[in-house]
Amino acid sequence: MHAEYLVRMANQIGDFFVPDKGESEAPAAIANHMQRFWERSMRTQLVAHWNAGGAGLSPAAFKAAEIVAAHLAATTPKA
Amino acid sequence: MYAINHHDLGTPASDGAAVTLDIDGQTVTVPSGTSLMRAAALAGTSVPKLCATDTLKAFGSCRLCLVEIEGRRDFPASCTTPVANGMKVRTQSDKLSALRRGVMELYVSDHPLECEACPAKGHCELESMAEVVGVTKSPYNVKGPTHQGAVADTSNPYFNFNADLCIVCSRCVRACNEVQGTFALTVDSRGFASTISASQKESFLASECVSCGACVESCPTAALSEKGLITVGKPEKAVTTTCAYCGVGCSFVAEVKGQQVVRMAPNRDGDANHGHACVKGRFAYGYATHADRITKPMIRAKITDPWQEVSWDIAINHAASEFKRIQSQYGRDSVGGITSSRCTNEEVYLVQKLVRAAFGTNNVDTCARVCHSPTGYGLKATIGESAGTQTFDSVQKSDVIFVIGANPTDGHPVFGSQMKRRLRQGAKLIVADPRAIDLVRTPHVKADYHLPLKPGTNVALLNSMAHVIVTEGLTREFYVESRCDVDSYQRWKAFVAQPSQSPEALEAVTGVPAGDLRAAARLYASGNNGAIYYGLGVTEHSQGTTTVIAIANLAMATGNVGREGVGINPLRGQNNVQGSCDMGSFPHEFPGYQHVSNDKARSSFAAEWGVTLAAEPGLRIPNMFEAALDGSFKGLYVHGEDIAQSDPNTQHVTAALSAMECVVVQDLFLCETAKFAHVFLPGSSFLEKDGTFTNAERRISRVRQAIEPLAGYADWQVTAMLSEALGYSMHYSSPSAIMDEIARLTPTFTDVSYAKLDELGSIQWPCNAEAPNGTPTMHIDEFVIGRGRFFVTEYVATAERVNARFPLLLTTGRILSQYNVGAQTRRTDNVVWHEEDLLEIHPDDAEARGIKHGDWVGVASRAGDTVLRAEVTERVQCGVVYTTFHYPESGANVITTDNSDWATNCPEYKVTAVQVSKVNHPSAWQTRYREFSKETTRVARHTDLATSS
Repeated sequence: MHAEYLVRMANQIGDFFVPDKGESEAPAAIANHMQRFWERSMRTQLVAHWNAGGAGLSPAAFKAAEIVAAHLAATTPKA
Repeated sequence: MYAINHHDLGTPASDGAAVTLDIDGQTVTVPSGTSLMRAAALAGTSVPKLCATDTLKAFGSCRLCLVEIEGRRDFPASCTTPVANGMKVRTQSDKLSALRRGVMELYVSDHPLECEACPAKGHCELESMAEVVGVTKSPYNVKGPTHQGAVADTSNPYFNFNADLCIVCSRCVRACNEVQGTFALTVDSRGFASTISASQKESFLASECVSCGACVESCPTAALSEKGLITVGKPEKAVTTTCAYCGVGCSFVAEVKGQQVVRMAPNRDGDANHGHACVKGRFAYGYATHADRITKPMIRAKITDPWQEVSWDIAINHAASEFKRIQSQYGRDSVGGITSSRCTNEEVYLVQKLVRAAFGTNNVDTCARVCHSPTGYGLKATIGESAGTQTFDSVQKSDVIFVIGANPTDGHPVFGSQMKRRLRQGAKLIVADPRAIDLVRTPHVKADYHLPLKPGTNVALLNSMAHVIVTEGLTREFYVESRCDVDSYQRWKAFVAQPSQSPEALEAVTGVPAGDLRAAARLYASGNNGAIYYGLGVTEHSQGTTTVIAIANLAMATGNVGREGVGINPLRGQNNVQGSCDMGSFPHEFPGYQHVSNDKARSSFAAEWGVTLAAEPGLRIPNMFEAALDGSFKGLYVHGEDIAQSDPNTQHVTAALSAMECVVVQDLFLCETAKFAHVFLPGSSFLEKDGTFTNAERRISRVRQAIEPLAGYADWQVTAMLSEALGYSMHYSSPSAIMDEIARLTPTFTDVSYAKLDELGSIQWPCNAEAPNGTPTMHIDEFVIGRGRFFVTEYVATAERVNARFPLLLTTGRILSQYNVGAQTRRTDNVVWHEEDLLEIHPDDAEARGIKHGDWVGVASRAGDTVLRAEVTERVQCGVVYTTFHYPESGANVITTDNSDWATNCPEYKVTAVQVSKVNHPSAWQTRYREFSKETTRVARHTDLATSS
């Protein structure tokens, strides 16, 4: 999927959680939302975009991508 | 005319204290306020009657129901005389018989009992009452003036009005007023000249009549009768089933002759509709046997090839082998399925089971994605259950009704009528809608406040209402403290109390005068029972979920959840939206909204199904399209859903479908999506189905088979055959067995069974050990989630903005006579009311563009452009245009964008920036569409097949 599509969705999620949870807790809430509702390949591609610098991601979505990356790494079966 | 075998009690029920009286020597105890007629009927004595029926207030005009009461000299009408303690009533005597015969002889003097050829024979109350009172003909001179030979009004496509058969009992007029609330009929003139008139002596078709059929249902003779009774003949059997149109889920008695439906009579015992219906459910069922029905399976290699009819075995095996090939080539998650809210719970359950167990992926989604998915998320997050909180009947106890983003009289007409009844009784009404929907001003109903907000500003409007309620001390603190999460409440309260959230500060955003908004907020918060009803005008926005949450915040803060008359009430668009969501259609949830990552739930399903199940969510419909366009998603099983017409940004959707290697469509017709399909599996209409639907009030109702499936198999059997061919066997003897499995796996359905549904008529879930007969009102003592949670709902303007190039905002919706993508209603006579989609435009906007009523206009957005005919109307505000999406060639969704809700990806159908200009030819898309449709719907003739083989 296009990174732009995923970035837009991630930022939209941030637009909800930042006012509700505050800057410090929002990234975890955003990441949790993605883990509960985004298909794995979407998260994988977002993390790839984040690894490549994360252009366009809001600060909260950027931090959320970092949490998602850690979760993906922890749940990816080792080859 | 009533349904076959209906027993009418004459007048409506009462609920007063017990009263005991004597009727014909029998002691009878009934509630005070009950009429003598009803009391007698309850005791097993039928008093003759013509103008009385138990759905209408007593009228006392026909004088046939006279009785004697000890101690009284006159002969009162039993329909208008209430019971009293100690009263002694006689319903039969020589004097009464003579009086009744005299009355009846006058009736039949102008309505001869020539019943043999009458379509109402066997149903006609005049005929049966004449028999009861012993009259076979009139003794009067037939040479006098009569109404015989009056010209019938046959203008309505579904029913005729024969004035010569009319006894002017006023039941039709009263039904139109009391039941439907349209006030389209009247008795014109006086005495012998009295006649029923539609509007101002217009034909029924040209009048204000909305063709709900209430008048036809209430008519005691054949004066108002369905054309089906004449064209098909008398029914042979009656089957109680559930309508397949909107989320009201009306119960009907399908009266059937052979394989043909004679008529659909609304079920008086229907818990959702209480004997009422609308023009769609009552009359628009002809699509089920329309010539366009495809009843043979078909396949083709490419979508530009003609379809080839094949056997079921060939079609099923071809579909299965293609899905297997794709998964083998591109991976397990390269395929998925879409369930439909037009299908039964059992069918939906099987499709999601096939995707999860046979495909081995969670790539399953449902059309609720594009309508009420924000309801699921928003209500689960705040109060803990993805469903409305009330029954429809609850509105009868509402004091303030707040309708936001819904148009009940068009979208949910039977409930709209019920709501209007309550409004006529004095309940207050707030309407928040960019358009002046009918409820804003309709006969005997006027909204106390119409808040004509700009499209896309729901959250700002609700925040400013909350601001007023919080800053003016109108919250119910005790309720919140005892039932809600206080920390989240305090955060929300501090947020909405900010001056930036005030109506004055947000007036420029919403366009709603601050004074009106303040008054509306005060009314909702302080008017005792406040109920919120909302629809897709809430959910289909980039902040759809935020709006649902804001609604829940408002309801909890004012203590308006957990009893009758209040609540949060999503009006579901299609008949089984609630059910399709309940049945695990979403890619992240198993049936009963159990998340796929929940180990306990997943283990239960895995054990029952005998497979390992994925623990992570699959793709949603819009994600499937994106994945198809990037080449990772290649195969789709579309069950009864028409995504190529209903989903936004049509060209994006069709590009995605074109990128897939195998699209399997199971449907009634060669719908828009079928034009991109490689396998077509014939589906069955609701008349052919056996199963259950769940309506917007969580009410599970039986769908019973009225006619045999035209294609030979029921839909659930086809899904089971496909699963078998994929290598995963499903063994069910009947849909009842499927429901038993659902009950085993779904905590809110534990006690649901067909036997219990037959016993109770319908059941509102949760239905389990704690609530063995179901749950009409939810969250009574505490929220399902425990303590209700508030969320800060900051308004975020949509990315879809007007500018000089696209200066108007388009919003979309539906109309009374048509339904959703129109696949059903376009194939009925309902087209006489709406034969094309129109673009509503304000007179000022039209004038500035030189557009006149009826002109062809181009509508261009950032996504595409189309051409519609203009309807210049003040129903829309300046700067806003509106259209429906019932006709594919209209291309309404060619214009809508792929903006979507942040939480659920529900598309933002309700806000599209457009420009409108006068044109004189179809759009390029429409021209291409016509050519493409012609090419992709060809079915090979047998000679073609011989040549190709």
